[in-house]
Amino acid sequence: MDDLQLLTWARGPGLDLALGIFVLGVVWRLIEVYALGRKRDLAPARHRTGASGLHTVLRRSMPPPGMLKTSPVSYIGGFVFHIGLAIIVLLFAPHILLIKSLTGLSWPGLPSQFIDMVAVLTMIAMLVILVDRINKPVKRFLSTFGDWFAWVVTFLPVLTGWMAVQHLLLPYTLMLALHILSVELLLVVLPFTKLFHAITLFGSRWYSGKINAHKGVPV
Amino acid sequence: MQGPLIDTLVRQGVSRRTFLKYCATLASMMALPPTAGRAMAEALAAARRPSVIWLPFQECTGCTESMTRSHSPTLEGMIFDMVSLDYHETLMAAAGHQAEDALHAAMKDNAGKYLLIVDGSVPLGIDGAYSCIAGRTNVDLLKEAAAGAAAIVAMGSCAAFGGIPKAKPNPTGAVAISDIVKDKPIVNVPGCPPIPVVMTGVLAHYLTFGRLPDLDDKLRPTAFYGETIHDRCYRRPFYDQGKFARTFDDEGARRGWCLFELGCKGPVTHNACATTKWNGGTSWPVESGHGCLGCSEPDFWDAGGFYKALSMPADPLKMGTAAAAVGAVAGVAVSVANRAKKHRAQASHETTTLADLEK
Repeated sequence: MDDLQLLTWARGPGLDLALGIFVLGVVWRLIEVYALGRKRDLAPARHRTGASGLHTVLRRSMPPPGMLKTSPVSYIGGFVFHIGLAIIVLLFAPHILLIKSLTGLSWPGLPSQFIDMVAVLTMIAMLVILVDRINKPVKRFLSTFGDWFAWVVTFLPVLTGWMAVQHLLLPYTLMLALHILSVELLLVVLPFTKLFHAITLFGSRWYSGKINAHKGVPV
Repeated sequence: MQGPLIDTLVRQGVSRRTFLKYCATLASMMALPPTAGRAMAEALAAARRPSVIWLPFQECTGCTESMTRSHSPTLEGMIFDMVSLDYHETLMAAAGHQAEDALHAAMKDNAGKYLLIVDGSVPLGIDGAYSCIAGRTNVDLLKEAAAGAAAIVAMGSCAAFGGIPKAKPNPTGAVAISDIVKDKPIVNVPGCPPIPVVMTGVLAHYLTFGRLPDLDDKLRPTAFYGETIHDRCYRRPFYDQGKFARTFDDEGARRGWCLFELGCKGPVTHNACATTKWNGGTSWPVESGHGCLGCSEPDFWDAGGFYKALSMPADPLKMGTAAAAVGAVAGVAVSVANRAKKHRAQASHETTTLADLEK
């Protein structure tokens, strides 16, 4: 199998399979999580300003008071790489084409040089966060295989994509194939790892906020 | 016409200056040092034209058209005429037994020295019966002719990689020349059709240095196939700026923006179109407004659609509905199992009283 055949496989049957497993996993996990259920809270609802699902979604997107100073790497690094990932995935012209082919929706992209800069910043932020996780004894102690694995499968698509665009190390065709394959790995593992937060994040925050709002507690 | 090549060229009205210029251009195109142009001129001028046997198999004659017709008359065309082309079904006057005799005479007289050019793929289905010449199968003819050849040039994508005959579902069981011949030096000159100057470049290199040019891992001369179309494309700046033509007749297309979104395969295609162009440097596919099809790469016919951008998958949601259904079933099944577990836990729950603790 040569480079172009690998790329053709990655774009064709490989992506079919990866997207298939992704859809399967997401539907499965969502039904499973939803069906866990919770007993009805029969107590009368209390009302307090600032206590609602929406409030919690917004509040938890920002660092709690004092925490930015306590762990700046986690917050700033986290913001940089999450926003960076969103820009790369949603505003790079070839990615928009992919989304268009899947959904029919499209929008204007950003210049590739800008995306390039964002990709470098994203990778730097991810590396800093990784070093921080290794260096801080508490973080290291709390880290499991799942945490390291999630970091690797998130980092690989950014690295391979950037290297493909920059023509580093391997021929473009092979690098593009590896990039798509790394994204496929990400798609396959996403529903079954902590990366599932990409789907559940706002839903679970809303849920927590709503339950606590019923008790009159803004969380 | 026998004798050195230069005599023949002079008879055709080609001046020494024109000839030297041509050799210098050829050498620089192949990224050879400046002195190579002179060496090439001397070697080519003095060359006794090597015997060339051209075997056509499962092909469309497009490669021959490209060589002989599209830019005639030029030096490439003439030099190509000047090799001692002893057998070429399309170009030779002889036919039938006479043609076969010429083939066998050339093979016998120049045994071990002739250059074998093949265009078209070789069918292996039903014992090769899909394509026969003079009652013999292509695979049979190829093996016989290859045995006495000094080197083999696989002209065009069909001979080099199987090409269109090998496209799915490959009804004739077509294969490339390199799949059959293993013990001779092979140069692949893919393209549908290949660029004429690549052919003459390979010939000139062979005559001058007595060996084949440097090849890449797909046996293509690196001088012509070393870089991608995309890297040499004059529309590349538009790609970097994110300016794309979205249809063949929109504002972007009129302004000559990048054709990536219209399915251009330039980024993964190694060929020299962007630098040598076609028809004597007149234009080339991308310049005429159509994206690159990737014709010099293996299996380009099955590489996911000519008009789909490289970043676009062939048919991504083929399994979407089935996957969602299976996922739903799995989710419901796991949920039911979870509930059963919860009920079992509740049922087996034993309350602890103060009396129990004081025991």
